[in-house]
This record gives sequence, C-alpha cells and structure tokens, in this order.
Amino acid sequence: MNLTLKIWRQKNSADKGALKEYKISNISEDMSFLEMLDVLNEELSEKGEDPVHFDHDCREGICGMCSLYIDGKPHGPQQTTTCQLHMRSFKDGDVITIEPWRAKSFPVLKDLVVDRSSFDRIIQAGGYVSVNTGGVPDANEIPISKSIADLAMDAAQCIGCGACVAACKNASAMLFTSAKISQLALLPQGQVERKVRAEKMVAQMDAEGFGACTNTGACEAECPKGISITNIARMNREYFSAIASSDNV
Amino acid sequence: MSWVSKTLSSTLGQKVLMALTGLFLILFLVVHLAGNLQLLFPDGGESFNKYAANMANNPLIRVVSIGNFAFILIHVIYSIILTKRNKQSRPVAYAVSKSSTNSAWASRNMGILGTIILIFLLVHLKGFYYEVKFGSVPMASYDGEEYKDVFAIVANAYSNILYVAFYVVSMGFLAFHLSHGFASAFQTLGLNHVKYSPLIRKVGLGFSILIPALFALIPLVMFFQNQ
Amino acid sequence: MILDSKIPQGPLAEKWTKHKFNVKLVNPANKRKYDVIVVGTGLAGASAAASLAELGYNVKAFCFQDSPRRAHSIAAQGGINAAKNYQNDGDSVYRLFYDTIKGGDYRAREGNVYRLAEVSVNIIDQCVAQGVPFAREYGGLLANRSFGGAQVSRTFYAKGQTGQQLLLGAYSALSRQVANGKVKLYPRTEMMDVVMIDGKARGIVTRNLVTGKIESHSAHAVLLCTGGYGNVFFLSTNAMGSNVTAAWRAHRKGAFFSNPSFTQIHPTCIPVSGDHQSKLTLMSESLRNDGRVWVPATVEIAEKLRKGQINANDIKEEDRDYYLERKYPSFGNLVPRDVASRNAKYVCDEGRGVNETGEAVFLDFRDAIKRDGRNVIEAKYGNLFDMYMQITGDNPYELPMMIYPAVHYTMGGLWVDYNLMTTIPGLYALGEANFSDHGANRLGASALMQGLADGYFVIPYTIGDYLAQNSAERISTDHPDFKKTEQEVTQRLQKLLSIKGEKTVDYFHKKLGKIMWEYCGMARTAQGLTKAKGMIKELKKEFWTNVNVLGANEELNLSLEKANRVSDFIELGELMVDDALHRNESCGGHFREEYQTPEGEALRDDENFAYVAAWEYKGEGQEEALNKEELVFENVKLTQRSYK
Repeated sequence: MNLTLKIWRQKNSADKGALKEYKISNISEDMSFLEMLDVLNEELSEKGEDPVHFDHDCREGICGMCSLYIDGKPHGPQQTTTCQLHMRSFKDGDVITIEPWRAKSFPVLKDLVVDRSSFDRIIQAGGYVSVNTGGVPDANEIPISKSIADLAMDAAQCIGCGACVAACKNASAMLFTSAKISQLALLPQGQVERKVRAEKMVAQMDAEGFGACTNTGACEAECPKGISITNIARMNREYFSAIASSDNV
Repeated sequence: MSWVSKTLSSTLGQKVLMALTGLFLILFLVVHLAGNLQLLFPDGGESFNKYAANMANNPLIRVVSIGNFAFILIHVIYSIILTKRNKQSRPVAYAVSKSSTNSAWASRNMGILGTIILIFLLVHLKGFYYEVKFGSVPMASYDGEEYKDVFAIVANAYSNILYVAFYVVSMGFLAFHLSHGFASAFQTLGLNHVKYSPLIRKVGLGFSILIPALFALIPLVMFFQNQ
Repeated sequence: MILDSKIPQGPLAEKWTKHKFNVKLVNPANKRKYDVIVVGTGLAGASAAASLAELGYNVKAFCFQDSPRRAHSIAAQGGINAAKNYQNDGDSVYRLFYDTIKGGDYRAREGNVYRLAEVSVNIIDQCVAQGVPFAREYGGLLANRSFGGAQVSRTFYAKGQTGQQLLLGAYSALSRQVANGKVKLYPRTEMMDVVMIDGKARGIVTRNLVTGKIESHSAHAVLLCTGGYGNVFFLSTNAMGSNVTAAWRAHRKGAFFSNPSFTQIHPTCIPVSGDHQSKLTLMSESLRNDGRVWVPATVEIAEKLRKGQINANDIKEEDRDYYLERKYPSFGNLVPRDVASRNAKYVCDEGRGVNETGEAVFLDFRDAIKRDGRNVIEAKYGNLFDMYMQITGDNPYELPMMIYPAVHYTMGGLWVDYNLMTTIPGLYALGEANFSDHGANRLGASALMQGLADGYFVIPYTIGDYLAQNSAERISTDHPDFKKTEQEVTQRLQKLLSIKGEKTVDYFHKKLGKIMWEYCGMARTAQGLTKAKGMIKELKKEFWTNVNVLGANEELNLSLEKANRVSDFIELGELMVDDALHRNESCGGHFREEYQTPEGEALRDDENFAYVAAWEYKGEGQEEALNKEELVFENVKLTQRSYK
C-alpha cells in the first residue's frame, strides 16, 4: 500500500517543530507500524536526510518504550502498543498523522522522542516495598487469595508507556500512579507503607505537573494493557484514608 | 503548609471538593424540583406561594441556602483552578485528536457545560431570586394571610417564549453535565465496585434525563397553559 | 595465562557457604567510601545496584533506555525456576543443579551451577516480599508449572509476564535507592569504554545519547550487566537496542570472552514474514505444555498447505506428524530448546514446512482446548494468543499457531570466575553478559533465575572481597587515563561520522545477520564457518570504508548509536565463528553437522572439549588467542543427553 505520513519533526527540545509530510510506498500489511517507519528511515538515510527519531526497544509490546500518537490516538487505532500495531489496520492511500506524546511533564527531546523520567520519579517517591535484599520471610508464609493476587497482577501489568497521559485531555498521570498504588495496596507486603506511599506518590505526581482527573475514562480505553480506572478509585480511597488518618501533619 | 491546605492544593483534594459539592448540588436539584413542581398544581399558585414563603422564612432552609451558594461558588472556583491546571499540563495541543473514540463528549466538556449552566444560573437568579427578594412583588392572600405572589412572577416570565426556550435548552446542558457528573463524583470519592458501579451509572443516567426533563416541563406547561 | 576459576574446595553443597565465610568483608562504615558503577539495569543490573546500595556502597547505574524499567529482561514471559519443592514432587537444590548441568550439555561449572540452584529459593522469597504478584492457587499459596523440559513443577510465573514483574520488582528496589540518594541514575547513556588504571577497571566513559556529551565516571569497581549479544544475528528476540558494545569494549581492554558461539535458538517464535522484519517475537515456551508440535506427514500435503489450497484443520489426524512426540516419547513436546529447534529445522529442510516461506511448523492447541475447554486455555495463555493474533492476524483458538526457531539467548559472554570477576581486576560481569551458568544450552526459566541470583545474592558478597583488598582512594576523572580513553572514544565516533559512505548502518547489520544465521546458526559446518569468516572480514572492511552515518555527535543520533553497536557486532561475529570452528564437537546450542550421533543428536567430545574457551584479544587485526579453563566434574557423570 501507499501512504502519506505527516510526522512531527523537531530538532531538539528548544526547537519549535512542525509536521512534515512524507510519501511512502510498497508497504506490506504484515509490517508492524515501526517497521513501516524503519522503511521510511532507511529511505531518508539513503537520501542523506536525518531519519525520524522515535523511541522503541523490545518491539513485543512489553517494555513500554514506544510512544507514538497516531492519527489522534495514542498507539494508533488498536488498543495495543505501537510496536504491536500492524499495517493491516490501515489501507492504501491513508494519510497518517504521527505526533509525540503531548504533556508538559513529557517534554519532547527530538522528533517523536519524549522524556518520561517524571514517571520514574513518581515510582521513586514510594512505588516500592522497603525491604532490603535478604532476610525476608518464606514466599509461602503469607497466603494471598487468588482473586487479590490477580487484581494486583492486573494493576502491576502497567508498562509505563504514558499512553494514559497522552490520551487524557488533562495529561493526567492518575492511571499510571494508581496502578502502582493499587498493586501494593492490595498485597499484604504493601500494607506497612500503605499510607505514606499514597501520600508521597500523589504529591510527586502533582509536583511533576500532570493534570487532574476528569474521569473521562480515555486512559482506560487507550491503555495497551487494559489497566482499569477502578485503580484510580482505589488510589483516591487510599489517598483520602491516608490523609485522614496518617500522622503526617 | 498544613495538611489541610496541602490536601486542598492537591489534585485529588480539589477533585474531592468538586465531587462533594457536585453531589450536594445534585441533592439540591431534587429538593428544588419537588418545590417547583407545585407550580403545576391547579390551585392558582396557592401551594407554591405558601411553599415559597415557608422557604424564605425557615431558618434551617436559609442556612442551607447559604451553604448552597457557597457550594456553587466552591464548585465554580475549583473547576476554574483545575481547568487552568489541566490546560497547563498540555501546553502544545495535538494536531489530530480522536478523543471521541475513547470518551464521552460530556465528560470532556464539563467545563463548557458548567459555564453555560452558570450563565443560566445567573439569569435564573436575577429573574426570580433577586426579583422576589429585592424587587417589587405583587401580593396574594390566602385565608387572610398575605403572601408574596411568586407564582405570578414565574407565570409572567414563562409567558415569554424566548425565556421558556432558554430554560428548556439550559436544562439540556444540565442533562449532559449530570450525565457525566453524577457517576463521576462517586468515582472520585473512590466508590467504584463491580457490584455497585453499574447501578450508579444507570441511576446517574436516569437522573440526568429525568430531573432536567421535569425542570424543563414546568415552563413548557405553564407557557401553554397561558396561551 | 592460567585461568583460575576460584571455585572453592570441598563438597559441592558446602562450597558457597564456605566461600561466603572466607571472603573478606568491607566494614559497614567503610562501604560508603566505595563507588560502584553498574552498567545495565535489567534483572542483574537493577538487582545488583539496589542490593549494593542497600549495603551502603555508592552506586551509579547506567542504561541506554529512557528508564531502567525498559531493560529487555522485561520481555521474558514464561517464568523463573526455584528449587522450592512447594509441589512435593521431588524437587531439590541438587535436582535443579543436575538438570541445569545436564541441560547445559556439561559445559558449565559445577560450583557455579550448584550455587545458582542454592540461591534460587531466596530469589522467590525476595520477589514476593517486594510485592511481585506471582500466580497463586485458590488456597493462596504460590502456583508452579513445569517448564522447558523439567520433570518437576518448579517454575514460578506471573501470567505470561514473569520477566516484567521480576524486573519491576528489581526496578522498585532500585528506585527506592535512587530516592535514598544511594544510587545515581544515568538513563539514555551508553557505556563506550572501560577505563583501566594500573591494570584495574577504575571507571567508564559514556556517551549521553541525548546531547552526545562524552563523560567519564570513576569508581572502585565496574559491573557489566549488559545482557546478551543475540542481535549479532540482526533478527532475534532481543530488543532492538540490545547490544554487545559494553562487553566487547571490555574484551578489547583485556577481559576474556568465553564460548561466544554458544547461542540459544528458541523453538517457539513467530516465523519471519518478510524482508522488512526488524525483530522476532517469542511465544513463551510454556505453550509447549499444552500445544502439540506437528507438520504434515508428507511433502505433498505441506505443499498444498503452502499454496493455500488447504488449511491446517483440513489435515486428517493420520496425515499429521507429531514429530517430537514420535521421536522423544518420554519428553514429547517438552524436549529442551536446542532439540526442539533443530528438529523444526529438519522437518522444514525436508520440505514439510507449513507457511509460505516453508520455514514454520504448527503448534496446535486443538486437543488442549477439547480437553480443558477454551476458558482454561485462555486463562493460561490468553495474552500470548492475543499477541499472536495481533502480529499474524490469525486466530490460534481456531487455527494452529505457526512457529519457527529464532535466536533468543546467548550462553557465551565475558569469562568470569566464581566471584563473577572478569580477567580484568575490578571488572565484573553479571547475568546474560557473563558465560558462567548455562553451559552450552540454557534451560527454560533459568535466565531470570541467573540474573537475579547474580545481582541479589552473589555480587553483594563477592564484590566486598575485592574492595576490601583495595584502597578506598578515589581517582579523579581528570586522570590522564580517563582523558586518554575519552579521546579514543571521541576519535572512534568521529571516524564513524567521517566515512560518509554509501550504505546505511542497517545494510551492514542485516548482511552480518544473514551470514551468522546461515553459517553460525542452528547447524554449523567447518566449511561454512571458514567461508563465514572470510565474509565477515570483508564486511568489516566495507563497513569502515562505506558506511554512511548521518548527523553529528552532539545530538540525539540513532544512526550513530547503531553504527557504533554494529561495528562491535561485526568483530564479535568473527570471534563467534572462530569459536564455533575450533570446537570440533556438538554440544547444546552448538551443533556441528560433522559431529552427531547416528540418530542426529549432538555428539560431544568430552575427552577434548570439556573446557571453557576463553578468548583473548590480541589487538586490531590480530587473531585472538585461545585460553582454556578445564571443566572439572566431581559430582555428575557425563552422559549422552537423552530425552527419548
């Protein structure tokens, strides 16, 4: 198939950037979206033009590094990661607009590459259980009901790609933050730091400049791992009960 | 910063204020509607005028009414604060956005809907609340007692087709605002559960259709009764 | 040079305990005086960085991705082994040790492997304590499954995303130390070289991938946790960014490289669909627990299939050849990876391949769905089936999956002793980056185990032994050796940028990959390898005269990043060929067609090749020198592996 691509080109974070149009032909429907971009880049390189920079790594939908806003939707028309999006989702003659994630807390570094270190800092604020290596109890010491373990796993599946932020009209990071708070709030291992975790992670999320939640549900609808907004409700509960009852004045 | 101001400056704290005030206003709508439906009683406005007088004199209602104004104010102020923050969170907009495929229109436009409702509210307050409280109101007497004839003011207002149309259309916007706001408030308060959330969503939808429809019915009926 | 593996004397089961007692310790108050660099933040790197920081060392952690959480350990699907014996099915540390040694076709060290099995139980405890949501039974205890040829159920898993959950666990521990100020993180930073001062590793030179800035970092020890080099084949299940650069630069500085030709070809990958293919996607090996592998019994039927005249469901039961079940009745579809892969190649070479390219076999869930119901299969493999559907457009609930082997893991790597130290003092290699525990073939669910064992439970002990014997004095990055290394790095990058040839970097990478896959892949011959060596030499020459690297150093420059990595892959490729050529036997993932049993199984030569090949870099353009570390087997009897 033949396609027209409108791709955001921006030299660096200081540059203003603009959409640029490219034509590409002979694309097979078995290609992944990123392989289609590889073809474009190979052509650009042969012409001596700077290839389009985009983040990607595992190309199997789990590392969370790929991040394109394709035709008005994060990761494109399917509910999956960009690397798992295949060209069979498009048709000959399509015009495809490709933009970077747009959020104050995800500044563009170059072209379609954004800086998501704000997510790391949210985790650093409390997305862990403070146990040192060694000296922990036997793994089977605390039984955990299967349904709770499964719920925790559902939340833990978050790949930190940032599609939730990209999809949200407020560029809110609630789904990301709540997934980690939920996972650890559900498990017995997370109980000890439950309150301080909720308070600190929410504070960090706000400090990074992400927007608030309007409960539109766009994040859930676009999350490639189907993380549910029930996690946001749980985060809210965790946060309110922490605020109300913690010793942290 | 104390923990209270810290909480109120956090996105979650601000959201919870929106939810709580929103839920209170939802409750208010029900009470208000119950009173207003008396406008349709075929008694020439007697029960409505008595009700209005009672509302104006009951100290509890007066306290609640002050609270009501405060909640509206908080709801408005925090919506402005949050909207501002939300806009700042995405300084560069997308060239192409297909948000209609992932979320409901009303949920993405609560600010616009709210603004329209606010304008309605100002017109509404000017037309009735202000008039009744500070304007010159004709009197009606029942069983020897004098009452402000609020009914007459309302009936007069609703004889104007433009005024009626404005009310009906505004109720349409209120319906959309509620269609998202009702369930959203519960979600914000953390009340999301596989058993109850579907029910909340259904009740919310029913509420958002029924209440504004009944509100809209009053001016319509009164308009046609006047003809 | 005589390679001293430093395996402690004494009975197998006591070696590690004794060693832990014998190593020197760094006083708790002195630990903060030592700086440790950890390159790579996968399972090995993140767990090591976190554990060392917890002990009190100052850690600098580097990764080329935008976040430590992206490291490719995240993609491991199936599970992690541990000798917990929770299932009461006869598992033990010794059995896990034995299975691993045997699975590795007797080319790994007994001492290392036993230690691995021993600490495996601690890993599970640690991960659970971190909040890793492993799969559980209804009673609330941990669930296990049998995996990759094991006859006991010792594999712990978290859906099909075990690697993700383990990595996020290690990442959370790492993040905690970042918050504590004990780890400084350097994402989007690539290690370009090791800095040697007085014969010891004392730091690294890095390139900031966003600004291009070349920087030096000084430390008392450097840990390379940089994963494997499967991308030398261009197409592999590795992430696009996975590379050998850190290990290779260390090799050029004096770290021996061991058994580079031991690569694992994973039997269950989604087949190649065309020339555009950028990577291969693994379908977890756990699928073989319920899926049955087959091809049509005759070439005629296979041809009809390839032409699209019939589909898999049209083929009658008697026309299906469940070749693994037929040839290996006791292990069936669960034979080790190398055996499964090779047999897939054989049936496809016979012309019985089932997709358009003729390079695919079926993995069929029809019978499992009939037996257990679709719901059960969906609960077990739902996400894998979805992924398959997403990539191929076929529905595996209705049509059998198509799979083909692909490069997945590299058993070879930097030579390390029992302390995980390379031949360069102060330079360590952990996880897939070292060679130590999997011999010639790695068993399923063992990679995660090894990465975490090295990081959580080995290096925290062994690094102290080295540091305690070295002064805590810090060396400034203004030291002439840092400056010299920085200069070398800059010159090399400038050279790449200045060639301005006609071919793109990918052109060379793909070409190298084709050579490696054809001559140094699933089956190798002396003749083919000799030919490959010549081709790689040519390729290297062409690369350095005709590659076109666009842009400048001082920016985010993917072209330059790739060129730098590919140049190292080319050199590594040549060494892999050398290693494969010199090893005149077949073992595990290394299969030389000249050396096979009459039944077509790998034929080892324990007399002459029961050693670790450790290659020594001798300078640009020189042949590398072979050093041997003899493998001593005191506890297991070397037998012909048989999975019949």
